[in-house]
Amino acid sequence: MYHLRSLIRQVRAEVLVLPSRVIALVFVIGLLLFPLLTQDPYLLRMLILASLFSIYAASWDLLAGYAGQISLGHALFFGVGAYTTALLGLHLGLHPYLTVPLGAVVATLAGLFVGVPCLRLRRHYLALATLAFPLMLTGIVFMFPNFSGGEGGIWRIGRLASTRVGEYYLIVGVMLVAVFSLWRIAGSRVGLIFHAIREDEVAARALGINIVRYKLLAFAISGFTAGVAGALYAHFARIAGPSNLDLFMSFQPVIWTIFGGAATIYGPVTGVFVLYPLLDSLHVLLPQYRMLLFALLILFILRFMPQGVTTWIRDAIETSCPSCRVRNAATRRACRACGTPLRN
Amino acid sequence: MVADILVNGLVRSGVYAMLAVGFGLVFGVGRVLNLAHTAFYMVASYGIFHFVATGLGTPLAVFLTSLGVIAVGLALYKFFIEPVREMEATVLIATLAVAILLQELLLVFFGSEIRHVPAAFPGYSRIAGVRLGNQEMATLVLAAISLLGTWLVLSRTRLGLAIRAAAQDREVANLMGINVNRVTTIVMALGFLLASLAGAAVAPLLPVEPRMWMHPLVIVLAAVVLGGLGSLKGSVIGAVILAFAEVLVVFLVPGGSYLRTAIALLIMVCVFLVRPEGLFGAGATEER
Repeated sequence: MYHLRSLIRQVRAEVLVLPSRVIALVFVIGLLLFPLLTQDPYLLRMLILASLFSIYAASWDLLAGYAGQISLGHALFFGVGAYTTALLGLHLGLHPYLTVPLGAVVATLAGLFVGVPCLRLRRHYLALATLAFPLMLTGIVFMFPNFSGGEGGIWRIGRLASTRVGEYYLIVGVMLVAVFSLWRIAGSRVGLIFHAIREDEVAARALGINIVRYKLLAFAISGFTAGVAGALYAHFARIAGPSNLDLFMSFQPVIWTIFGGAATIYGPVTGVFVLYPLLDSLHVLLPQYRMLLFALLILFILRFMPQGVTTWIRDAIETSCPSCRVRNAATRRACRACGTPLRN
Repeated sequence: MVADILVNGLVRSGVYAMLAVGFGLVFGVGRVLNLAHTAFYMVASYGIFHFVATGLGTPLAVFLTSLGVIAVGLALYKFFIEPVREMEATVLIATLAVAILLQELLLVFFGSEIRHVPAAFPGYSRIAGVRLGNQEMATLVLAAISLLGTWLVLSRTRLGLAIRAAAQDREVANLMGINVNRVTTIVMALGFLLASLAGAAVAPLLPVEPRMWMHPLVIVLAAVVLGGLGSLKGSVIGAVILAFAEVLVVFLVPGGSYLRTAIALLIMVCVFLVRPEGLFGAGATEER
């Protein structure tokens, strides 16, 4: 009873005061209650894929949006996760609950493997060097078709759960945990250090921050999360193939994150949950013009909201207190933390 | 075999160098990492296909295509890219969206089937006992002329001086009375011109299809950073290295056509391990 009351108090003090957090809460509850309303397999499949790609996009946001290490080869981690779990299942016959974490661990190692040579590279050089890694791995996959499945990929990977609803709750649960953890990491001291590294590496080093350690940490966390997404994706789609590693797969998290708003964690999730269902329904309605409309939409959104959709909406419904930087609903007269008048 | 490698390597070097120089110029002056650069090269190939199919002569087709590509490119740049130019990641996605837009427009107008453009200079000629396709030679001549022309414009004219000044430091160039925005627009047009000439040059040599922009994009990005961002000499040398690496892998390694991109990128990463700023790039301290 005591815990329940303190939970309610927490929710009222920390969540209900900010419109953006209310929206997030409604979204989470809606996502969890969705299968009670309808169990339409098409809709469930769409939401599952959107959840998987949210994990993937949020992992890119931590690495690129916060730590400023813009990676154009994020498909490497996604693909390594997918291939690891698929290969372990195929050659050793291990259970998905074992191979998915192993896939994520191997993707973490891939993150460190990419991170070490990239430590010396800056900005555009880094972006283009990371671009190379998934394409090199694709070459290796094609080299050993008997082991890796070659161009066709690996088929008939084991399911995660016997029913669609079971898969839905598993994957949505993992997504909520992963995104919330990333959000907490991004808001912690580590996240602050990532901000500092992005803004000015030399200044951060002068303040005694171990740049090497934190950059590798960013690569490792991001690789791990993207690996989880890739491994779960392989089990859900039941195939791991070279398309998990291709150029467009690397660009997709960038599109979602920039569209939603970089360096926010909830931005990429919004981006995926807006763009992915939209693209999917355009596929049904206007298959011929789907990518055309998609590209036009992205261009126009970026033209008029260059910081991304969530940043634009957040700045419209919330203001930041000029003296203590706490965020407030735009309707408030005085800051909720320090009482400074917000409008005069 | 050796002659084949040499000829193919030179042709690819020429095409990649044209693309890489245009890309490098646009990046150097406009600070725009234009992922749509090779999409314009693809549009040019389709333009040549269209005009040749309607029965125009090759010179007229090349002229009209270049004009069209420059006009479309500048319109897209002015409306979508220039207002967000200051935000790096946004530019990345906006240019990528432009590339997808162009790809999809071509799909709508021309369909997804692979097109072939008849050679403008059919036949072969023998030079020192080696059989050379006339079309390949024309491509090499076109690449040489356009690269030489670009170099002359940059080194011998007042416009070239303004371009180099703007590439070195936009703010100071602006203070010296150079209209930096106009210079950027001119450089953009020059980049589109080089891309469309490259597209015109490969149209009779390679199959024309709506995904043909991806492979050259990767190679051009690799060539430009391999040579060092902001160094045109570096871009050309990077393009030559990667073109020959690609051709050697395709000719000498069994199943090499799968590996050609991987090897080119491996070379780039290896160069980065030794010189993080590329072969001819400015060091991190000089960079702004």
